[in-house]
Amino acid sequence: MCIEFRTRIACLGLAVFLSLVMAMSSGAVDVELIKQRRPAKALSAYGFFEDLTLQTPVTGVVPYDLQVPLFTDYAEKYRFAYVPDGQTAIYDDSEAFRFPVGSALIKTFAYPADFRNPDTNVRLIETRLLLRQEKGWNAWTYVWNDEQTDAVLKVAGTMTPVAFVDASGTEKEINYIVPNKNQCKGCHSLNGEFTPIGPKARNLNKDYDYKNGAQNQLEHWHQEGLLNAVTPTPPSMPDMFDASADLNDRARAYLDINCAHCHRAEGPASTSGLFLTYTEDNPTAWGYEKRPVAAGRGSGGFLYDIAPGNADQSILYHRMQSVDPAVMMPEVGRTTVHTEGLSLIREWINNLD
Amino acid sequence: MKHPLLLVAGLVGAIAVAPFMTTGPLSAQAGETISIEAGDAFHESLQEALILAEAGTVIELPEGRFELQTGLSIDVADITLRGQGMDKTVLSFAGQVAGSEGLLVTSDRVTMEGFAIEDTPGDGIKAKGVDRVTFRDVRVEWTRGPNAENGAYGIYPVQSMNVLIEGVKVYGASDAGIYVGQSQHIIVRNSLAELNVAGIEIENCYFADVYDNVATRNTGGILVFDLPNLPQMGGHSVRVFRNKSFNNNTANFAPEGNIVATVPRGTGLLIMANNNIEVFENEFHDNASVNLLMAAYPREYNDPNYNPLPRGIYVHGNTYGRAGYEPDKAVADLIAPATGVPVPDIVWDGAVDGFWSAFFGPDDSDKIIIKESEGVTFANLQLVKDMILPWGASPKFDISEHAGERPRISPVVVAQDSRGQ
Repeated sequence: MCIEFRTRIACLGLAVFLSLVMAMSSGAVDVELIKQRRPAKALSAYGFFEDLTLQTPVTGVVPYDLQVPLFTDYAEKYRFAYVPDGQTAIYDDSEAFRFPVGSALIKTFAYPADFRNPDTNVRLIETRLLLRQEKGWNAWTYVWNDEQTDAVLKVAGTMTPVAFVDASGTEKEINYIVPNKNQCKGCHSLNGEFTPIGPKARNLNKDYDYKNGAQNQLEHWHQEGLLNAVTPTPPSMPDMFDASADLNDRARAYLDINCAHCHRAEGPASTSGLFLTYTEDNPTAWGYEKRPVAAGRGSGGFLYDIAPGNADQSILYHRMQSVDPAVMMPEVGRTTVHTEGLSLIREWINNLD
Repeated sequence: MKHPLLLVAGLVGAIAVAPFMTTGPLSAQAGETISIEAGDAFHESLQEALILAEAGTVIELPEGRFELQTGLSIDVADITLRGQGMDKTVLSFAGQVAGSEGLLVTSDRVTMEGFAIEDTPGDGIKAKGVDRVTFRDVRVEWTRGPNAENGAYGIYPVQSMNVLIEGVKVYGASDAGIYVGQSQHIIVRNSLAELNVAGIEIENCYFADVYDNVATRNTGGILVFDLPNLPQMGGHSVRVFRNKSFNNNTANFAPEGNIVATVPRGTGLLIMANNNIEVFENEFHDNASVNLLMAAYPREYNDPNYNPLPRGIYVHGNTYGRAGYEPDKAVADLIAPATGVPVPDIVWDGAVDGFWSAFFGPDDSDKIIIKESEGVTFANLQLVKDMILPWGASPKFDISEHAGERPRISPVVVAQDSRGQ
């Protein structure tokens, strides 16, 4: 049967119109790609960003920030969450929210040339994707090209030298490590299953400067339909650098986000018996006069994970200030010492009775 | 079996250089072999293959020596990683800058065979929380010999089920050469542990068979430990038999703080805590502190669920050569002054559960039974009685007080092994 030329034009027009509408209503995020076991070769394929280089997300991809972030060699982190239209993550008071299939957590690691001007001359290093698929979470890392126009899949991870001037004006050069999927799972693991770490109520419970003004992130997620519910008084953690907050709370918050993803009964470091979650209340379990188990050289010749009143004799402190792969904690994610975090833990241990 | 489409240049080259460019296979299918090529892309090709492989894949390593800067990891089930032999395929981590171990296994049914891991700053091969893991004909070595800067564990399965270790060789670990922790159903056999602090250590484990191994020139040859404050405690049902543990006289080079740092130089077999242990047909000799020591956990602890005593031990049919001639650490400080030198072949610290047991002996089920040939020497230090009585208690040397029988412990069966014992 012959199709009239005009009809064909009209059909084509309708198709273009429909695809435009779809693109506008759901952003340009390719949900099907998120669900696929086979990763895309380039970050751009997922459609998370309106402007990749500027890290401007499309509508529906929500930027977020954490109250206490994981230390990663001082890298700046741009975090985004995506939940497919018409679905929500399930709120939880203590664990990471449960995200529906097709969700994505996106985290870009970047270094400004000079941390005293953090918004200029920024080099994007890598973008990590946590993709919620039918069989659970999957993780891939994408390494940015020199032109900073796109990032390409790096299955095995890699190392790349990064030079910057730190906040005190000192020139630094580090050998930045881009982790592979298995190394990601080294931390992102709960009972052996891949799991997000950051998006927990206590860690999102803070204001964020959205385009339309500041708002509490949990309220925003709920309002935008990313989250099914929020309790009236969600749990919170202090800002670790807020000296007016309780020292113990700040130190425990720091250990919670930097250590407890592994150091908990359900985590990869369960074998150690050292459990550093914010709510752990057995002193031996959180390290108080706890003896090491399989620390090897990590013990540094000291007898206890935490020797109360004596940071210099505490294994936990010793391992935080090391960059020796056999000693340092966390095992991955840093090649330098987090001076500020270290001094917080030092002060805390030295004040323990 | 090699799939013709997935040969070296085809698949591995494609993965390493330009992944996912074509519509070709993303990774090998079950039962297929990926051969990794030597060359600059070796590390990346290997790690990509380990990540992208489908369950059932054999990943084959070439002959040669390869320097790696970061640790390797396997998180796909049913993978075999196979080299060309423990002296032909060598992965050296002397220049490792990241990773707490050379190779980390976190998936079930993984087999490693025929390669060597050398000079990792941390542990050699760790398998955590897995089922049916096999280490076969693998060598882990710190090539400079005993040194406090060496990594802690050579072969290191932990919180795992069905652990099979056979034909491995481990040299130079600053904690334990072959260390199995918090696991269940374990076989360690036909292996060699030399120049480590602890040769072979079974810690907080249930159902372990350790047999036909050689432990020599370590600080302590074989250790069976149970420690407090851990997710799996109450170690039990361990058989140590037909091993040769001799000349374990290397000075202890473990970093302080670790429990093995307390092991006296020259220990043949040390059983600390645990319940239901059978020790038979081993050969112990030339261990300068003591051939066989059974002792309570020596440190303070605050774990109400922990039992620090060795209970229900059955020692029979072993042979004992010269030993105890130059005691070290606790054997020198606490035991030798009471027993004299040479220290007897078998020493029990006599720590028991409370007043009643101190005077009337432990319950039958907790008793230590020793059935050895004429002339084997023994001491019970009676430590608890010595503490209770104001005038103290001196050691007993009468081995016949421990005569008797105990039910034999059943052989361990691991799911991936048809052989058993």
